[in-house]
Amino acid sequence: MTDTPLDLIRNFSIIAHIDHGKSTLADRLIQATGALSAREMKEQVLDNMEIERERGITIKAQTVRLTYPAQDGKTYVLNLMDTPGHVDFAYEVSRSLAACEGSLLVVDASQGVEAQTLANVYQAIDAGHEIVPVLNKIDLPAAEPDRVKQQIEDVIGLDASDAVMISAKTGLNIEGVLEAIVTRLPPPSGDASATTKALLVDSWYDAYLGVVILVRVKDGFLKKGQRIRMMSSGAVHTIEQVGVFKPKLVPTDSLGPGEMGYVTAAIKTVADTNVGDTITDDRNPAAEPLAGFKPSIPVVWCGLYPVDADDFEKLRESLAKLRLNDASFHYETETSAALGFGFRCGFLGLLHLEIIQERLSREFDLDLIATAPSVVYKVHQTNGEMFELHNPADMPDGSVLDHIEEPWIKATIMLPDDYLGPVLALCNERRGQQVELTYVGARAMLVYRLPLNEVVFDFYDRLKSVSRGYASFDYQMDGYSEGDLVKISILVNNEPVDALSFMAHRSQAERRGRQICEKLKELIPRQLFKIPIQAAIGGRVIARETISALSKDVTAKCYGGDISRKRKLLEKQKEGKKRMRQFGKVEIPQSAFIAALKMDA
Amino acid sequence: MPAVTEPLALYIHWPFCLAKCPYCDFNSHVRDRVDEARFGAALRRELAHEAARVGRRPLASIFFGGGTPSLMSPDTAAALIEDARRLFDPAPDMEVTLEANPTSVETSRLAAFRDAGVNRASLGVQSLDEAALRFLGRRHDVGQAIAALEAARAIFPRLSFDLIYARPGQAEAAWRAELRQALALAADHLSLYQLTIEPGTQFATLHGRGDFALPEGDDAARLYFATAEEAARFGLRSYEVSNYAKPGAESRHNLAYWRYGDYLGIGAGAHQRVLLEGRMIATRRHRAPEEWAARVERGGHAAVEEEALAPADRAREALLMGLRLAEGIDPARIEARSGVPFAEAVDPAMLAALLDEDYLAWTEAGRLRATEEGILRLDALLPVLLR
Ligand SMILES: Nc1nc2c(ncn2[C@@H]2O[C@H](COP(=O)(O)OP(=O)(O)OP(=O)(O)O)[C@@H](O)[C@H]2O)c(=O)[nH]1
Ligand SMILES: C[S@@+](CC[C@H](N)C(=O)[O-])C[C@H]1O[C@@H](n2cnc3c(N)ncnc32)[C@H](O)[C@@H]1O
Ligand code: SF4
Ligand SMILES: [Mg+2]
Repeated sequence: MTDTPLDLIRNFSIIAHIDHGKSTLADRLIQATGALSAREMKEQVLDNMEIERERGITIKAQTVRLTYPAQDGKTYVLNLMDTPGHVDFAYEVSRSLAACEGSLLVVDASQGVEAQTLANVYQAIDAGHEIVPVLNKIDLPAAEPDRVKQQIEDVIGLDASDAVMISAKTGLNIEGVLEAIVTRLPPPSGDASATTKALLVDSWYDAYLGVVILVRVKDGFLKKGQRIRMMSSGAVHTIEQVGVFKPKLVPTDSLGPGEMGYVTAAIKTVADTNVGDTITDDRNPAAEPLAGFKPSIPVVWCGLYPVDADDFEKLRESLAKLRLNDASFHYETETSAALGFGFRCGFLGLLHLEIIQERLSREFDLDLIATAPSVVYKVHQTNGEMFELHNPADMPDGSVLDHIEEPWIKATIMLPDDYLGPVLALCNERRGQQVELTYVGARAMLVYRLPLNEVVFDFYDRLKSVSRGYASFDYQMDGYSEGDLVKISILVNNEPVDALSFMAHRSQAERRGRQICEKLKELIPRQLFKIPIQAAIGGRVIARETISALSKDVTAKCYGGDISRKRKLLEKQKEGKKRMRQFGKVEIPQSAFIAALKMDA
Repeated sequence: MPAVTEPLALYIHWPFCLAKCPYCDFNSHVRDRVDEARFGAALRRELAHEAARVGRRPLASIFFGGGTPSLMSPDTAAALIEDARRLFDPAPDMEVTLEANPTSVETSRLAAFRDAGVNRASLGVQSLDEAALRFLGRRHDVGQAIAALEAARAIFPRLSFDLIYARPGQAEAAWRAELRQALALAADHLSLYQLTIEPGTQFATLHGRGDFALPEGDDAARLYFATAEEAARFGLRSYEVSNYAKPGAESRHNLAYWRYGDYLGIGAGAHQRVLLEGRMIATRRHRAPEEWAARVERGGHAAVEEEALAPADRAREALLMGLRLAEGIDPARIEARSGVPFAEAVDPAMLAALLDEDYLAWTEAGRLRATEEGILRLDALLPVLLR
């Protein structure tokens, strides 16, 4: 079944900017090759997570194996990988690229090249891919294929004269895409007689099968019953099942060179499956592992705490299972005075943070509180020592502090010329330094250095609103520099709420402090007592609000027939108080903190 | 536990009305024809059944509530009062209250109710403003209300009436004027309720879709204080959240609820709480009038829920009712009625904070009461204070 000759295999990723139609194109390819019946088909069928379907975005890369009888009379095996477009899931893209030899670069013919188009295509070029440009959505009246072709050549430097013009939505010219895949993308190389070498691309937990790993075989075979070794951990397992994605998991006898598929091997220890690891034969191991992946480095951290302290262990297990499915996510235990036992978690960005939180609550039925997101600061102390600060609550006090460095990014923003003014103003307000401003027709490409801290705080939302949604944004890390940074504490009823403290540049401190106090004032319901809310740097209050006591709350009629109902209501209210945090004599619903913490996400 | 010397209060529910008022969530039903004989007999049977269960005791009050009990025939009321007097030991000054609506039909029968043994009337006047009466969907006008009040004052030694305020757009000055006019009508007792949107009523639908809005927060608080001020000028003291009386004219029957005394509840949907052999038995009856009657006819009673309340629940009930009263609660009585020492029934830190904030206060007699400011926020205060 998988002894397909190498020259009849094509492995490719579909890459693009967000929403340019990758998953829709994948649908059409699946349909055109008959991998799924009409009954099984639905829109963006590969986006199988509930959150993906709700939000209409791809979060996890997905693989399908298609068979295509080409015009040359030969039948090819196509392994397709649909990737996410959002910058926060770039690690999914990079791993998919490592498993393939070619890419379809999808560009929305009405929008043209956007920030993630660039980011992703450069990654594909770095991975040594052959790239076929595909102009999608040419059914749209606003489509300008010629202008976009020119743009691809000017901005990316890719020959777009043979770009395949399609509409993934209507199915126009899907045949052209299939032919381009077999004629223009290279087959994989590999050695069937060499010792087994396969790349561990991804893994996840399946309720029936246990840990499932996605592999790309380079040399040799993977077979049922074979004893395999993970080269980095040395762990040894016996293969229970190998198979391919159609896109359902279908077992096969073996997986040969050049193929993609899955392996199950009764793996219990999550730590045994590191993405990027090389899988080899235990009795006849390879000498050298494959190149693997660069580890992902989280840029945003926040604390995650169970609302119910009893859920701590469940949270730990859930994080381990999620991590199996998302190697770009990191976590370690921490404790908070306000929130108890929890985990400090690292993410590739705010959307990533939000998605992980959602997945934890949906897939694992956990009720969580997340603290304010923070970037990683380098804190230099007077004794010459430096440590990385992941949590503002760990800031040492002023006397031992020498200076702080903060991470910067290099951001690429593409936008129509009309919105340049307000976008420049936004970047400057966020302490940005302009690096470059170039034009491609009427579209500006702006390169800015920005402190990551300023981007984590509501930057996307502001960018979207000042550009009416026309600006696209991508970034990469760009080193550390010293900054005048301070820790701002939030006090509710004169007690600091460690989970709400955050770092900010001194010039932004007052504005940010005031903002959060105002927000809390809105969010915290009036209570029996008045509640002062303050933002402070050290002992100095920089902003303050007061929530006045509620003015009237009493049931007008309460007679003999009302007692039971009143008591039950009271019991419900008391139950609700379990979800509150006590600050002296006032109780604040956790939902208020959560909402305050969400305000910039 | 103290012996069963606690006098009883007896509530009798008449579940029928001529029309359903749009704000009302009481167990009231509209019927073209009511089989008076059948419902009267069923009430008497259920009363006899409960009397046999709780035994002979002093009886301090009877209250005919509804619904509209003034639609009941005075003969039925007479029979029930007579039964009660026979089954229990009536107090010499036993209070017997009848809720009455001020339509002319009912007014004409007030004397017959007095002859039946009723000595206190509670009239559902609701407003002295024609537009407000229409808004409230009432079937009487201001003239009829005043006529009913005057008739009732001449017939009954004690008289109370109900008004609903904090209506949409009601200004403080207008309410003060309306209330003064009401106070001048010389009742010794008033129930003054802020309009409440009850789930499931017609008003809930209208209010929910934004057809009208009620005074809230500070505005509602201002109206509340204005009410107490005006009542006080006429010598009526606020003795419960919504009840105002001349000293001595308080509703004894309703005080039994707020003091967490024993009460029987007879009739469709009625609730009952009686301490029997140290257990507080809470009973609720079937709400549908015909089904209620059928069950009574079959088995002597129509209880659909009956449970012995846990001590902690009893303490909560005693406190949530007692703190509605200006006189507050007596810690020793809370313990006697619930079996839970007062100190264990409340959160000591919150008690201290609430005393400190002047929401609660100890009286010289050692009672704990909610202050005016405390009563105003009682619903928020209770879940914080109670354990
Ligand atoms: N008019 C038109 N709309 C299209 C076409 N292809 C995709 N779309 C629409 O574009 C939107 C985004 O499509 P997706 O396939 O989810 O895009 P994606 O690139 O997978 O998005 P991410 O995975 O979130 O990066 C959907 O509403 C599609 O229906 C097309 O050819 N024409
Ligand atoms: C059982 S009802 C009165 C009975 C009598 N059928 C009547 O309508 O006059 C008791 C009183 O509660 C008050 N009431 C009923 N529903 C109310 C509401 N939603 N808001 C405020 N007061 C209400 C009215 O003043 C009413 O008179
Ligand atoms: S307010 Fe009185 S008359 Fe109106 S429906 Fe309710 S019980 Fe009946
Ligand atoms: Mg997609």
